[in-house]
Amino acid sequence: MFQLRIHGRGGQGAVSAAEIISVAAFYQGKHSMAFPSFGSERAGAPVVAFVRIDDREIELREPVMDPDFLIIQDPTLFRGVDVFAGLKPDGWVLINSRKSAEELGVGEAVAGLPEGHVVSLPASELAMKHIKAPKPNIVLMGGFAAMTGLLNQDAMEKAIMEKFPGRLGEANVMAARAAYDAIVTPA
Amino acid sequence: MLKQLDGSVAVGDAVALCRPEVISCYPITPQTHILEHLGELVKSGELPGCEYLNLDSEFSAMSCCIGASAAGARTYTATASQGLLYMMEAVYNAAGLGLPIVMTLGNRAIGAPINIWNDHSDALAAGNSGWLQLFVENNQEAVDVHIQAFRIAEALSQPVMVCMDGFVLTHAYSRVDMPEQEQVDRFLPTFEPRQVLDPAAPISIGAMVGPEAFTEVQYLAHIKQLDALKLIPQVAREFQDIFGRDSGGLIKTHGPEDAETIVVCKGSIIGTMKEVMAGMREDGISISAVTIRSSRPFPKDALREALKNAKRVLVFDKSLAVGFGSMLASNVRWTMTGLETPINAIIGGLGGRPITRKSLRRVFEQGIRSELEETHFLDLQHDIIARELDRERKQRRSGPMAENIVRSLGAARAASTG
Repeated sequence: MFQLRIHGRGGQGAVSAAEIISVAAFYQGKHSMAFPSFGSERAGAPVVAFVRIDDREIELREPVMDPDFLIIQDPTLFRGVDVFAGLKPDGWVLINSRKSAEELGVGEAVAGLPEGHVVSLPASELAMKHIKAPKPNIVLMGGFAAMTGLLNQDAMEKAIMEKFPGRLGEANVMAARAAYDAIVTPA
Repeated sequence: MLKQLDGSVAVGDAVALCRPEVISCYPITPQTHILEHLGELVKSGELPGCEYLNLDSEFSAMSCCIGASAAGARTYTATASQGLLYMMEAVYNAAGLGLPIVMTLGNRAIGAPINIWNDHSDALAAGNSGWLQLFVENNQEAVDVHIQAFRIAEALSQPVMVCMDGFVLTHAYSRVDMPEQEQVDRFLPTFEPRQVLDPAAPISIGAMVGPEAFTEVQYLAHIKQLDALKLIPQVAREFQDIFGRDSGGLIKTHGPEDAETIVVCKGSIIGTMKEVMAGMREDGISISAVTIRSSRPFPKDALREALKNAKRVLVFDKSLAVGFGSMLASNVRWTMTGLETPINAIIGGLGGRPITRKSLRRVFEQGIRSELEETHFLDLQHDIIARELDRERKQRRSGPMAENIVRSLGAARAASTG
């Protein structure tokens, strides 16, 4: 079972991202469960969302406590939230930032992870470029797909268009593609 | 048809397949998305022939359900927590009048202190209202049991509450096999009311009944619910015939029926418990679980049969009867009259506290070693309790308890994260 934990702030779309990732996994024939953390959802407050993906039915309901993958939508969360709690020794980290983990002061926390498992991606900037709003969630989803190979582009784009029909969806698809390409073939 | 949906949308779609004629709406977290989704289906024309009423309170919502159901309409609403309390007078009336309304309860804690998260306090508060209460374990069951609920309610002419864990189910996306309209139409016949307000044949509903017959009216309500103990498994079998899957009857056993330790619980917690128990059984521990689908009527005989050979019973309850302990454990004890089996109550998951595999395994092992108190509180933070009791001892005007605890928790957290 693959477990993802998304850390963000209210308004950044952590819960929507979890939902869309679960729908994309479903389109690939996987079992998947997405659910939000049971905390107050308000703009700016720390928010956590979870996704589990497996080949069999998922019945576990506890929050993801030992994630394979962490998406950090806002690096200011490193102050005050123990985002790395329980991360597996061979886990993955995707940070919404231009700065590296070391530059963000969390080099030590990710030091033991395999090479290539810690990626910084300026997702809010890419979102501003493609969807004209600082919503990093779908960009980071593209990054997640590229890093893990768990979601194919067709399933991901179908799930995005289902959530955001029309032009907003198309813009988000472009944003996710840009992130995917940036990671698969770095400049 | 397989779909990936959140619990609320799945339930909304299932209710729509039942062709309700009146839906009363008043929003409250965590059920709001169900009624919102149904509102969209009515407005878009996907749910034709349905009157969708936006009301000014839960009390109005249930009152409209009563009127609509008495006029012969298939009627639905949803609520939770304080919303259920606010409509409570009408909730009792719906049952007393024998009106087959179906209502989703998105189970949520009751304040004060205010808390929007999941536990079973609200269901407990309405546990003696005369409504049937059916608890579901996952979103597939939520879909299937809502369809069965209309059938059961209308057969008995009694209202049915489908209890689904707030957030844990209502807000979780998972795979659901959505039934076809043709299947639901085959399973659920057109509503034939037992009583109907019809201008062409006027009657009144809601007589005053004095001491000379009140007992008899109540007794009839009671035996109707007891009849449901036969009806519910029968409806479940017919459901399986048409839809091709077993969605459970009165109770459900998870794991070996002859286990030494059996845990009794309700709702979605069984998902995590099954994982824990599979691990324990691999380690040679004899343990299984029984979930209660029908909380009212209480399946006394079926439960006794399932528990009669157990060496120990642990009752996991997501609600607390303050001043008593676990009402569920009390109900279980009653079913086991004459048996010497030790029973412990475990109160857990109050106000949405996550229930982890680690904590469950620990508490089950403690139970097996006879180390649990009669009523055990899972993951209770004794330091917080001690601090607050100390404060109360030291000063008469110790202030509001909830605020004190939240403040001292905040201070402790700030100190630990620097």
